[in-house]
Amino acid sequence: MDTLDNNRYVIQARNLGIYYGDFKAVTDVNMDIERNKITAIIGPSGCGKSTLLRAFNRMNELVPGSRAEGQVFFDGEDLYAKGVDPVEVRHRIGMVFQKPNPFPKSIYENIAWGARIHGYRGNMDELVERSLRQAALWDEVKDILHRSGLALSGGQQQRLCIARAIAVQPEVILMDEPASALDPIATLKIEELMQDLKKDYTIVIVTHNMQQAARVSDYTAMMMLVNDGSRSGTVIEFGETTKIFTRPSDKRTEDYVTGRFG
Amino acid sequence: MSASSPAPLGPFQDNLPHRHRVGAVWQWIFFSATVIGIFVLSALLLNIIDGAFGYVALEARVDPDTLAVNGVPLEELPKEELIRILQERLSASAFNKLNDEKPFEERSQANVYDLVIERVVKYQVLETWSLWESLTRSAEIRARVAEEFPQAELRFVSWLTVETIRRPQSSEAVNAGVRTAILGSLWTIMITIVVAFPLGVGAAIYLEEYARDDWLNRLIRTNINNLAGVPSIIYGILGLAIFVRALERLTSGAMFGLVDPTTANGRTVLSAGLTLALLILPLIIINAQEAIRAVPQSLRKASLGIGATKWQTIWAHVLPNALPGILTGTILAVSRAIGETAPLVVVGASTAISFDPNLFSRFTTLPIQIYQWTSRPQGEWRHLAAAAILILLTLLLSLNATAIVLRNRFTKRF
Repeated sequence: MDTLDNNRYVIQARNLGIYYGDFKAVTDVNMDIERNKITAIIGPSGCGKSTLLRAFNRMNELVPGSRAEGQVFFDGEDLYAKGVDPVEVRHRIGMVFQKPNPFPKSIYENIAWGARIHGYRGNMDELVERSLRQAALWDEVKDILHRSGLALSGGQQQRLCIARAIAVQPEVILMDEPASALDPIATLKIEELMQDLKKDYTIVIVTHNMQQAARVSDYTAMMMLVNDGSRSGTVIEFGETTKIFTRPSDKRTEDYVTGRFG
Repeated sequence: MSASSPAPLGPFQDNLPHRHRVGAVWQWIFFSATVIGIFVLSALLLNIIDGAFGYVALEARVDPDTLAVNGVPLEELPKEELIRILQERLSASAFNKLNDEKPFEERSQANVYDLVIERVVKYQVLETWSLWESLTRSAEIRARVAEEFPQAELRFVSWLTVETIRRPQSSEAVNAGVRTAILGSLWTIMITIVVAFPLGVGAAIYLEEYARDDWLNRLIRTNINNLAGVPSIIYGILGLAIFVRALERLTSGAMFGLVDPTTANGRTVLSAGLTLALLILPLIIINAQEAIRAVPQSLRKASLGIGATKWQTIWAHVLPNALPGILTGTILAVSRAIGETAPLVVVGASTAISFDPNLFSRFTTLPIQIYQWTSRPQGEWRHLAAAAILILLTLLLSLNATAIVLRNRFTKRF
């Protein structure tokens, strides 16, 4: 894990710790996220899954008083090095949130706005169509592109948010419990969509739902609070999803994935 | 407590009818509050309307019938005849002065007729009655006028007419109007909006989006809230010290070489507008802050999450979504500024100006005019003030309505 291989791995965290003020929320994370794979982060509530995810595109910085130590290498470059612009980081590493949050604009504008601010010079209609097709939403919205994004159902809104993230052509899409506010059918659609998307993008997903992690992901990171009373979370086991769910090497992982607690 | 069986809990009392009764009493109290509010507002409005119309006993110094030429009544006389009347009845200097203001050749027949009425016929108000009195005691009023003022003419007048709006201030209530006051109010409020809106919204954006949440900023926020509660007269004193005295060269227009001889040093429309801008600035900041804070955080995250800069996020998402709230707050603040009197008195509003104001001229506003008229002893001015109040209310309502229509048009909601 100590060598950097940015052909195989798109994100490599090294001794990553994240603080909120004096509180260390995440401690000592080392993990490599493979290109064009889906990596799931699971674990009980409050163990820092979302915090770790947000550290991968520097969204944590929006929380006042937060800071990171250690390194996160993205394509071999440290995201936390001096002179790295978080705006550019978030352009290349997109994010989909727990609650669908389309802009209160038209469906078309939801997609086009991001591309426009990044100086996209190509054909906007094509980009909108391609992004919506990739997000498996095109057929449902192609005739109502100028209607509000908020008029869609929850599942459609979440796919719109995915299309919006895709439209600025990131390399990685971070998903923070993208299906937790959706019904099972909408959830299934998102999961199928993720399988399609991994051809072009690397996906990191935080989920509470272990079946979901088992169904969609190639790799799984198990997070847990460190056992020293500090309330700080860390990755206790990281590996192929099949191995984590069938032959975990850590007893706590086994207890968690078999539903004995958490 | 022991781990064995817990002590039995008491029974529940059947208090549902009581709870419903309490609810009904509160509902009744709230209903009464609403009724009292509506009653008071109606009384206010009726009182104003009561004053704005009614009988007036007028006596002409020169009976207009005697001015008729060959049986043609005064108002139908050609312009030349009317000018001749003016020339005969006025002193040469007064006549020339009128000609200097605007040559008679350029004046219309109606305008010259107005001059004849104002300068020659010279109606004097002897007594006035309110609308209620006029309606209920009509016969009594007629008898009284016939007995006490045999020369007088009893007319039912509306103090609120197109003429009231069109005419400038005058020394005679029958000839006085609110043109200068309306223009003064509009000028002042325009300056107030132009200054206070961008400053207020700018400060709110900085405080909400950029400023860190440290003790200094909390202190600033608290003090802005306090400033909103400072009595308006204090702002008048501040305006007097800063705009009228310290910045006199700017507010009098001297800096731009535009010295108007009628200008009383810094006591100008500009000073008044700036003072009112100071007055409503805290209100606009507070309202805009509330509106910006109400924009959901998820929207900011969505925008930042696709690599938008902070400014792009503010411009494209925060401001458009906060705009309805910002505009509502601004409308409320501006409405308050339109009605302000005290600070303008301190800043040095004039009461008897009869020329159209400009940026660097002396000024009066509708509330000032109303205040000044109601404090005069003669009854007719109070009737005129009632008419001016109706005009002020109409102005206020139409400005607000325009602002609300614009707000709804420009904030197309998705």
